[in-house]
Amino acid sequence: MSVKEQESKSLWNHAWDSLKSDKMTVFSMGIVGFYALIALLSFSGVIVSDWAKEVGDSYGAPSSEHLFGLDIFGRSVVAKTAKATEIAMSVGLITGLFTVVIGVTLGSLAGYFGGKIDEFLVWFYTTVSSIPQIMLLISIAFIAGKGLFTVYLSLGLTSWTGLFRLIRGEFIRHKNREYVQAATAIGGGDTRKIFKHILPNVLHIVIINFSLQFQFAIKSEVILSYLGLGVQGVPSWGTMINDAKLELARGVWWQLGAATAAMMVVVLAFNILGDSLRDALDPKLKGK
Amino acid sequence: MDIVSYVTRRLFYVIPVLLGVCFLVFLIFNVVSPDPTISMLGKHATKSQILELRESLGLNKPLWLQYMDTVKSAFTFDFGRSWSTKQEIMEMIKQGAIPSLTVTFPAFILSFFISVSISLFVAFYRGSFLDKGTVFICVALMSISSLVYILVGQWFFAFKLGLFEISGYEEGFPYFIPYVLLPIIIWIILGVGPDVRFYRTIMLDEMYQDYVRTARSKGLSETVIMFKHVLKNTMVSIITYVVLRIPFLILGSLLIESFFGIPGLGGMILKAVNSSDFPVIKAMAVLSAIATIVFNVLTDVLYVVVDPRVKLK
Repeated sequence: MSVKEQESKSLWNHAWDSLKSDKMTVFSMGIVGFYALIALLSFSGVIVSDWAKEVGDSYGAPSSEHLFGLDIFGRSVVAKTAKATEIAMSVGLITGLFTVVIGVTLGSLAGYFGGKIDEFLVWFYTTVSSIPQIMLLISIAFIAGKGLFTVYLSLGLTSWTGLFRLIRGEFIRHKNREYVQAATAIGGGDTRKIFKHILPNVLHIVIINFSLQFQFAIKSEVILSYLGLGVQGVPSWGTMINDAKLELARGVWWQLGAATAAMMVVVLAFNILGDSLRDALDPKLKGK
Repeated sequence: MDIVSYVTRRLFYVIPVLLGVCFLVFLIFNVVSPDPTISMLGKHATKSQILELRESLGLNKPLWLQYMDTVKSAFTFDFGRSWSTKQEIMEMIKQGAIPSLTVTFPAFILSFFISVSISLFVAFYRGSFLDKGTVFICVALMSISSLVYILVGQWFFAFKLGLFEISGYEEGFPYFIPYVLLPIIIWIILGVGPDVRFYRTIMLDEMYQDYVRTARSKGLSETVIMFKHVLKNTMVSIITYVVLRIPFLILGSLLIESFFGIPGLGGMILKAVNSSDFPVIKAMAVLSAIATIVFNVLTDVLYVVVDPRVKLK
């Protein structure tokens, strides 16, 4: 009698099945994909390369031709919003990667090696997280000067602490497990054990954190723009919202509306995605 | 280990962390930063003017002495004078703390009760449409930039409807109330999303514990279980979460204060950023770090006091 061989599913297969079965999650993934597409098209110059062109009167009201009206220089708000999508997605992506690189490197070093290295890194972590993030963010952004690079740098340098703590904890839990001992027994070195064995087992934390970091960065860009430390020369949702300080009193709501709506949809999608990823990838937290 | 030696040991660990905080602040403002005298004197300053100013600000001392100055200020709470207003910084902070607190303190208390009530309610009806809807609204509220709440709130409720003062502040007990009402409401709306989500999660955690099942099998009503058992136990987590927020109350809200013209510490920080007033930013960074560290220790101690299951390590 032959037993039908059934391939066992990995954590990732299970997670993917669970993500696929939830309509909200699929919808959120679609939204993120759509934003990514717009960002890519705008980045490569296929769309809205002429966002800076004057297409009508200053503060022209929304019409069938210009769905969200025009800004102070008569530029189309829709085109600006699309161009700003590119900026927002790049801010999310780059600061997310920044956070992952710093958080995972320091976290795994501290958790894996322990001892003096751990003590030093934990001290460093405690020091950085003692200063309220907004203070540190402002300080670094202030010193680095205006511009997009400052947004990446200041957010990246201040947001890694949460991931560090999680990764360090996971490495401490994993490093004495049987599978790591087995790797030691067959002669696996530290690098191999860290990258090949332990890291894939804590990767889900990185992914969840990345998705939440992405939306946090997009939201923080607005605050940096308000402080005058944000993006210069290209439209961003932050500068568009910030412009509304002067516009609202004149009844010009469209720029604020377009930027807020564009931002809300993608941040909401990332929030929902982050929650579903946590449910799908971290079985311990199921149902929370 | 008894509580006294635990607290002492924790407080000792504050020293290296505080030295680290000073080092970071020193690194940012004394080493990496571009020369502040150039932005203070403008482009047309002569070389001797710059040198003179550097001398008087103590910027031509050797770096290690500048670091010692930063450390000394953190331990003596003497941060010197502001570069732009020439006032004593500690004096400015004392003046700014009260307006900040008139906004954040009532907002903090109110939002605590509002968020706990909402999360009790949705945890009670967990899994229902009401619960899911509330969680979704919370996430949606969190997805809008805080700047939008402030802008739209100020424009619509204060400017258009004239329900509140648009901006400004008056000192003295009843006089400040009209100025802080709208900021308080905005502060609450900003906090309600994340708070309800967090409280609901820990409440649901408790609801699947064995003691709840026991209580239910004893025949206790759901209301009694909710208020007498679940709420009491979740309070441990809630209190520790809330206590960690207290340092931020004094710091105020940077955006809210600057928009509504409230002369608090948050607004002071923004002004300092705009005028390159390094000593003020440094002082606020160091002080807020000290407050965070102290309240961290306090939270851990509180945790041990309210929850006998937690062991000191």
